[in-house]
Amino acid sequence: MSQPHFSFDGSQIPFRPGQSVGAALTAVGVRSWRSTRGAGRPRGLFCGIGVCFDCLIVVDGRPNERACLRLAEPGMEVSTQEGTGHGDLEV
Amino acid sequence: MPDVVIVGAGIVGAACAYYAAREGLSVTVLERGNLAGGTTSRGEGNILVSDKEPGPELNLALASRTRWRELAAEFGPDPFELEEKGGLVVATSDPGAAALTRFAEGQRATGVETVAVSADQLHDHEPNLAPDLPAGVLYPQDMQVQPVRAAVSLLAAARSLGATVACGEEVVAAERGPDGRVTAVRTRTGRYPTDAVVNAAGTWGGQVGERLGAPIPILPRRGFILVTEPLPRVVRHKVYSADYVENVASDVAGLETSTVVEGTQGGTVLIGASRERVGFDDTMSVEVLRRLAALAVRLFPFLADVRLMRTYHGFRPYCPDHLPVIGADPRVRGMFHACGHEGAGIGLAPATGRLISQMLTDGQPDIDPSAFAPSRFAQVTTG
Amino acid sequence: MTSKSERRFDVLVVGAGPAGLAAATSATRAGARTAIVDAGVAPGGQYWRHPAPSEHGVSAAEVAHLHHDLATYHRLVAGLPAVAQFFQHHVWTVTRDRRGFVVHLVDRTGGGEQAVELHSRRLVLAPGAYDRQIPFRGWDLPGVMTAGGVQALLKGHGVVAGQRVLVAGTGPFLLPVAAGLAESGARVVGVHEAASPPAWLSELGAVIRNVGKLGEGAGYARVLARHRIPVRARSVVVSAHGTDAVERVTTMRLDHQGRVVPGTERTVAVDVLAVGWGFTPQLELPLALGCATRVDVDGSLVCEVDDEQRSSVEGVFVAGEACGVGGAALATVEGQIAGAVAAGASSVAPRLRRSRAALRRFAQAMHRSHPVPPGWVDRLSDDTTVCRCEEVPFGALRSMQQDLVGHDGRSAKMLTRVGMGYCQARTCGYAVSCILGQEPSGTSGFAERPVSSPLTLGALATSCPTENDPPPAE
Repeated sequence: MSQPHFSFDGSQIPFRPGQSVGAALTAVGVRSWRSTRGAGRPRGLFCGIGVCFDCLIVVDGRPNERACLRLAEPGMEVSTQEGTGHGDLEV
Repeated sequence: MPDVVIVGAGIVGAACAYYAAREGLSVTVLERGNLAGGTTSRGEGNILVSDKEPGPELNLALASRTRWRELAAEFGPDPFELEEKGGLVVATSDPGAAALTRFAEGQRATGVETVAVSADQLHDHEPNLAPDLPAGVLYPQDMQVQPVRAAVSLLAAARSLGATVACGEEVVAAERGPDGRVTAVRTRTGRYPTDAVVNAAGTWGGQVGERLGAPIPILPRRGFILVTEPLPRVVRHKVYSADYVENVASDVAGLETSTVVEGTQGGTVLIGASRERVGFDDTMSVEVLRRLAALAVRLFPFLADVRLMRTYHGFRPYCPDHLPVIGADPRVRGMFHACGHEGAGIGLAPATGRLISQMLTDGQPDIDPSAFAPSRFAQVTTG
Repeated sequence: MTSKSERRFDVLVVGAGPAGLAAATSATRAGARTAIVDAGVAPGGQYWRHPAPSEHGVSAAEVAHLHHDLATYHRLVAGLPAVAQFFQHHVWTVTRDRRGFVVHLVDRTGGGEQAVELHSRRLVLAPGAYDRQIPFRGWDLPGVMTAGGVQALLKGHGVVAGQRVLVAGTGPFLLPVAAGLAESGARVVGVHEAASPPAWLSELGAVIRNVGKLGEGAGYARVLARHRIPVRARSVVVSAHGTDAVERVTTMRLDHQGRVVPGTERTVAVDVLAVGWGFTPQLELPLALGCATRVDVDGSLVCEVDDEQRSSVEGVFVAGEACGVGGAALATVEGQIAGAVAAGASSVAPRLRRSRAALRRFAQAMHRSHPVPPGWVDRLSDDTTVCRCEEVPFGALRSMQQDLVGHDGRSAKMLTRVGMGYCQARTCGYAVSCILGQEPSGTSGFAERPVSSPLTLGALATSCPTENDPPPAE
């Protein structure tokens, strides 16, 4: 059986069923997937258990998903989150 | 010996302290808890004219708005985060639109700037509003400050003029001389001789009045605010539905909710407003949150996909006739009240502080304070 | 058997870690209609974290070697079929109604978000704890992780956080983290424990009564020795370096007072730093219900409970780390007691009471011998991030303190935005309380979180109460 994948900023990321998006990204050496809304600093997993909200990521167009909690699914479209993740809203 | 002791270091106490110190009075502020730790820290920092019908409170609000701008010019706008963002009141039904238009006409006659906004213009002002709203009125004079910063800055300015601010000092009683005049205020741990005392204890003003021998009818009216996750500046004005105007002036004890939505400099969107007379009940009400969320989504549909991050609640100091109590108490010489501003304390604070300082120095008041006199309550004149 | 479509229970347990599992199984054994609710994908909590059950996925067998006392875990899990289970359900608040309590949940199964309510006559709160952190230069770089986070990646996902890992902080938990990493193929370049090695010797009495716990520690020590991992006592990480991720960390020696010794800096290349300073219990739910609290030996805010795990609020029981951080064995005993009493058991077995007392003494001995060493605030510079969410630097707090009198946690939040971000001060609350010179996490307003898990306004707006229960009678 072939390994499932999800896309991350256009690349295909393999994962094992039951892994979180954050765990799958870590396994392939991706360390950060968010830039802070103030200084634009990179962030990734910190607490790893849903407490710190540092690992926020966009999943299927939905921002502020916790990468450490959200289970990876085949065909999911995952992308880096810039700032609030709501840049699509009209200001 | 101080000329005046001010009880309460919320926004109204801070404004009283600042203006009294500027008049050259020797000022001591006594605060039971921490600076700006009561209702001041539980609101959005509104400085509104839009929600007030013509009458004494609107006059006070217009005067106070001018004072806020003066203060910003004096202190620099940064310490307060003063933002002249304007208010946009929207009707959600055709009869509501007609009522709003009439209300705005009355306000305009008193000197409030109002701009009628038709259905097709609403989105020029607020691009994310629901598509089906019939009309609105823009109030360019509505403003906002960061209330804790504002109170803290006023207190710091008062201190630099010689005022003393003491936290953790809970007032328990007043001492009076043979002529009945206040001579000192006692706290749990200390005694502060003074010629005058100002009750600026906000929602707890009734209690403090009683301890000082001059009870006044102030009751808590609970309100919840929902705070969203950080967003870009997707809501430009303070936006509220026209039914807010009715609720503010209502006497109903049960839960009333209207929609108030606004963005903040921190990025969060704040959603109010609920009004309940449930005493000082501190427990969370999911039903209130649910209603506020539903109303906010009705006005701004994009909010359905935005997450609620926290809530907070506070207790507005509420008088039976919805007017603040500002002035000398006829029962105790040297005793003044400056409380009961309901949800408008931030906006009304500077004008209140000015009035109190003018009363303390026997100066000419800026505006007619008679509607706010404590003697309007039967319990004050007969007690 | 209690079905999942049920919405009303006699006992509802929040948390499926050691305490919660024990509470649920003992409540159901005592005949109560019982439910268990947990944000995770599988029973176990942090201590017995397991992968999400799936075909072809990471298997429980694969991570078994990382676990301790799996026999107890399997015994507890064997009782679960009789319990209504709600995994991937996050509690966002708890309220009361006339018959008991309403637990408000966000159902996140399948990545969705739906508000759900469950009702119960009694509650057992076993919300557990998370790694306590103190800020230092560079701690916001990717690759700097909590020790618990590194462990969660291993146990829950079969993923090794990095290739070259330094483990630091204080407490017995650092050892299993380092051992697990080494056994899973990472190069552990060092374990830097801030405490003195023989510190617990002064607590010998408590330790002797818990030789089982010591045996656990000895097992990890053997693993570390086998992998030739240097363990340094009285050593602390003072900074992490790197541009877009951690590349190096600098450690320093501590003197007997816990202050850094000048000139002892050593810098080592790493791709992950795993750090933890004990644990912070999750107190938001007990606080939302008004449960009385106290500050424990380790400086954590914890719930007051009586001998039968009753909180100060009628009908609310608290078990595990939320009434004092003490590890899985203690949590299991507390959960057993809480579950049985919540289900109406009339007495608690003396054996359980004795066991709880001994384990508590051991936990307190461990707390006393693994304090957060003083002086970390002095090492902060004005540009060191304290609040990661809102990117508030230490300088903002320092200048606020200089300018003002009479501020507390609330005003610090309002004036600097510290603790106002997405994590709601979970990460920085302890540190900010210390910086403000207050009792850690006590009265400073950093422990209350009226919304304990974010949910969309749409989910909240469209949720409907199970039925219109009247409010509790006054």
